[in-house]
Amino acid sequence: MSGDLTRLTAHAMAVALRSGETSSADLAAAHLGRIEAEDHGLHAWLAVDPPAVLAAAREADAALARARAEGPAALAALHPLHGVPVALKDLVSVRGMQCTAGSRILEGYRAPYDAHVTERLRAAGAVILGKTNMDEFAMGSSTEHSAYGPTSNPWDLDRVPGGSSGGSAAAVAAFETPLALGTDTGGSIRQPGSLCGIVGMKPTYGRVSRYGIVAYASSLDQVGPFARDVRDAAALLHAIAGRDARDSTSAPVPVPDGLLHLPASDDEAAAGLRGLRLGLPREYFVEGTEAGTEARLREAVAVLEASGAHVDEVSLPHTDYGLAAYYIVAPAEASANLARYDGIRYGLSVRVGDVLGDYLATRGRGFGPEAKRRIMLGTYALSAGYYEAFYGKAQKVRTLIKGDFDAVWASGVDAIVAPTSPTVAWKLGAKLDDPVAMYLSDACTLPVNMAGLPGVSIPAGLSDGLPVGLQLIGRPWSELDLLRIARGYEGITATAAWRTVEPHGLAELRAVGCPTPTERAAALGAGDR
Amino acid sequence: MAPADGLAAVLERYEPVIGIEVHAQLRTASKMFCACASAGDDAAPNTRTCPVCLGLPGALPVLNRRAVEQVIATGLAIGATVPPATRWDRKNYVYPDLPKGYQISQYDLPLASNGSLTFDTSAGERTVRIRRAHLEEDTARLVHASLPGGRRVSLVDFDRSGMPLMEIVTEPDVRSAEEARRYAEELQRVLRYLGVSDAEMERGQMRVEANVSLRPRGTEPLGTRVEVKNMNSFRSVERAIGFEIERQAAALDAGETLRQQTRGWDDTRGLTYVMRDKEDSEDYRYFPEPDLPPLRTDAAWLDAIRAGLPELPASRRARYVRDLGLSAYDAGVLTATRETAEFFEAAVAASAGDGRPRASAKAIANWVTGELARLVNAATGTPKGRIDRTGIGPADLAALAALVEAGGVSGTSAKEALAIAFETGEAPVSVIEARGLGRIADGDAVRAVVDAVVAANPAAVADYRAGKAQAVGFLVGQAMKATGGRGDAGAVRAAILARLGATDTEGAA
Repeated sequence: MSGDLTRLTAHAMAVALRSGETSSADLAAAHLGRIEAEDHGLHAWLAVDPPAVLAAAREADAALARARAEGPAALAALHPLHGVPVALKDLVSVRGMQCTAGSRILEGYRAPYDAHVTERLRAAGAVILGKTNMDEFAMGSSTEHSAYGPTSNPWDLDRVPGGSSGGSAAAVAAFETPLALGTDTGGSIRQPGSLCGIVGMKPTYGRVSRYGIVAYASSLDQVGPFARDVRDAAALLHAIAGRDARDSTSAPVPVPDGLLHLPASDDEAAAGLRGLRLGLPREYFVEGTEAGTEARLREAVAVLEASGAHVDEVSLPHTDYGLAAYYIVAPAEASANLARYDGIRYGLSVRVGDVLGDYLATRGRGFGPEAKRRIMLGTYALSAGYYEAFYGKAQKVRTLIKGDFDAVWASGVDAIVAPTSPTVAWKLGAKLDDPVAMYLSDACTLPVNMAGLPGVSIPAGLSDGLPVGLQLIGRPWSELDLLRIARGYEGITATAAWRTVEPHGLAELRAVGCPTPTERAAALGAGDR
Repeated sequence: MAPADGLAAVLERYEPVIGIEVHAQLRTASKMFCACASAGDDAAPNTRTCPVCLGLPGALPVLNRRAVEQVIATGLAIGATVPPATRWDRKNYVYPDLPKGYQISQYDLPLASNGSLTFDTSAGERTVRIRRAHLEEDTARLVHASLPGGRRVSLVDFDRSGMPLMEIVTEPDVRSAEEARRYAEELQRVLRYLGVSDAEMERGQMRVEANVSLRPRGTEPLGTRVEVKNMNSFRSVERAIGFEIERQAAALDAGETLRQQTRGWDDTRGLTYVMRDKEDSEDYRYFPEPDLPPLRTDAAWLDAIRAGLPELPASRRARYVRDLGLSAYDAGVLTATRETAEFFEAAVAASAGDGRPRASAKAIANWVTGELARLVNAATGTPKGRIDRTGIGPADLAALAALVEAGGVSGTSAKEALAIAFETGEAPVSVIEARGLGRIADGDAVRAVVDAVVAANPAAVADYRAGKAQAVGFLVGQAMKATGGRGDAGAVRAAILARLGATDTEGAA
């Protein structure tokens, strides 16, 4: 097949694989080539094992050949992801592979088992390309809290890709992979999706099994897809979603096959918007929302209305308390989830001679500042005498936030449209010394986690040359509806000029001697001073 | 002053207030949150583990429904309340035997609360309130060892990690060391009856801890509490608590202030020692386990569990005394295990009706607790080491007891037949028939034996004739011996008297 294979969407790859125009091995090789050539300046990946990737791709090709020999029915029975490369955030367990969760404390640990989503991807025939960079234990909004150095934003290599799934988002935006998985605890898929100008979805809590996913905050974590278009994101969600008996919080809710049949035609997709009732929450234009972000969102609303959707302002009155409540609940759960990293069984182990000493030394050296901060926050919030004032109250706020959304649904609203992030991507280092400023970048996404709802961020134009995301929030289990709306918006904006703009950093990435994000961060820091 | 006297004197002045905490390992096929097989004693270390019970990153717990049912069954058996919904909580603490850094336990919504247990003591029946019973996971086992070269290391065996554990906590209702032991013994019986735990203390399947404090008789406020651990048998429970009562009394008498401590029992030295001070109570930072959704216990489920409950030992004991006229002692022995009680009751049932000779409940009880128990105990560790697995059925034993009561076989022969039956698997009554162990009551046969005995013991015959009546007893004994115990003692005696009388008559003629 002529042309750059890495520019294809996953669904285009599926067509080319079935027609024999390309092979999984060719796709793998093309992406491995790009990673090899260009990731130096991006640092989206923490682990790529080319021989293993090519072996998996050849296996996919063999299965493809068998299906082709069997006939059209066998070929059609293959999952759309068959033979397609997928990146995994480095907290998804893959048997035999590293799983650092971006932390020094898991250095050297190799997962002895596959996560549920890994099994599902293998069953679908997808080719696991490698593991991507992330904020340590998914704690962060910029990927700068990775123990292995930051990742750059392909749109401006001096800027962050968002986080915590920044490696996955940057890799997809930079055409290093068509698809990637991330996790979203407070916005960690949607926010980097927004900042990198791609599609990122957090499914309903319980939609995707967490078995084998390194836990940050168990009651909020959810695995979800990144892709460059809505149909690809839907297909990846289809592959990983569904009940898993090993995760007691995974729900026995059927996964609609409609996820594989979103309209291919832009007009057909756009027509689906007619008559929809959308809500625009007034509280989501939080303090610090950039004018460009707000302008893009208002334009998106206007476009949706022009396509026959009704957009009404709605109120989610407890939004303001979401951030504070989140920063009690998530660190509290994290303080327990991270207690297992004691240096006794796996990962980093610093020995000083006695059990307590080893423990303190291992954790002292193994955790970065943000992980330590949240462990302390959580430990404090759960302490005797403080539990009710902090954790107990935060859970009540959570109930109120859920109630806000329920009231909106009860009023007949089909979905909520909102900003994903109050700002576009910021400069490396800009918020690193101001945790609260960093936390604020998730103000519009974390209430969705608190309520357990599905949310998706889709590209909605540029502000100062940087991507702005539009967030769609739906009722529990309404992923298909949300993705149909997202696909509709994609349809009506298919010919918009901003869709033709490529990430500005791509050319620079190809240049020899492109600095690493760590080097850029250092230079920026020096410049600031 | 002898220790016993010391304790008696102490108890005149101080009232012990004791609460008991029991951890019982549940008898499930798999662990509490994963599919790993329940650890057996025989398994090599760290062979029954998986990502879940090793606490690997990303692993998640899935609740073992059977374990929940076992705790609910225990709760129902002790008359406790089961909440309509419950949940699990994380108990946070750090130790190498706890791979996740927290233990999944239950905090404020235990599966069972407000029950009680009634048991016998030397001072009569006692009832202790049980505050709660909850379900949690066990920790790994630490093995402290020396490497070649002498370096001391601690090894962790995760086979025990994640085993289901039921914690049963009493109110501070226990008032003596004996009561503590009796409570633990009765609880063990109940757990075994329910089939929820093997509850072998020596094997760590049942771990008893006691909170012991003293207060001057006639006062209300509780004294400083000391937790006593490492009591690995019922006997050590009683000894350790007895020691602790005396120790605390001596300290109080000496004007010392007791410290809130955890103390261990040293069985060899017969004393408790300080394990750690508990002045600062640990903060476990409990919070609801987000990886497990709340559990609803609907009425139909509880009803099904209730319907499956066996009759408990206390009820059986009362029934045996009341309805079967057995002594409290016999009732206690017969109900020591569920299989013994069920065997006994089946034998009693088999003995009733169908027109054959019947054995009394007392007679059956004697056989069950006597000869059969002796044979079973001797077979400990073999397949026949349990009363319900010897091959001798309850009906077989009932038939044997009935035959003895009807005089069809001597007690000695019956025991012999039972022993043979125990070996061969035949029915004891068949053994008696096949081997001719039945009574020799036939006139000619008895006379033949008596003639021989009289002929062989002229001295005894002479004694008798000289007026020593007791010589008859000797001759009866000799005759019984000659029949191998099968002779009917009454018939033999009559025949001897007749024989001696006949001789007199002939002599006089």
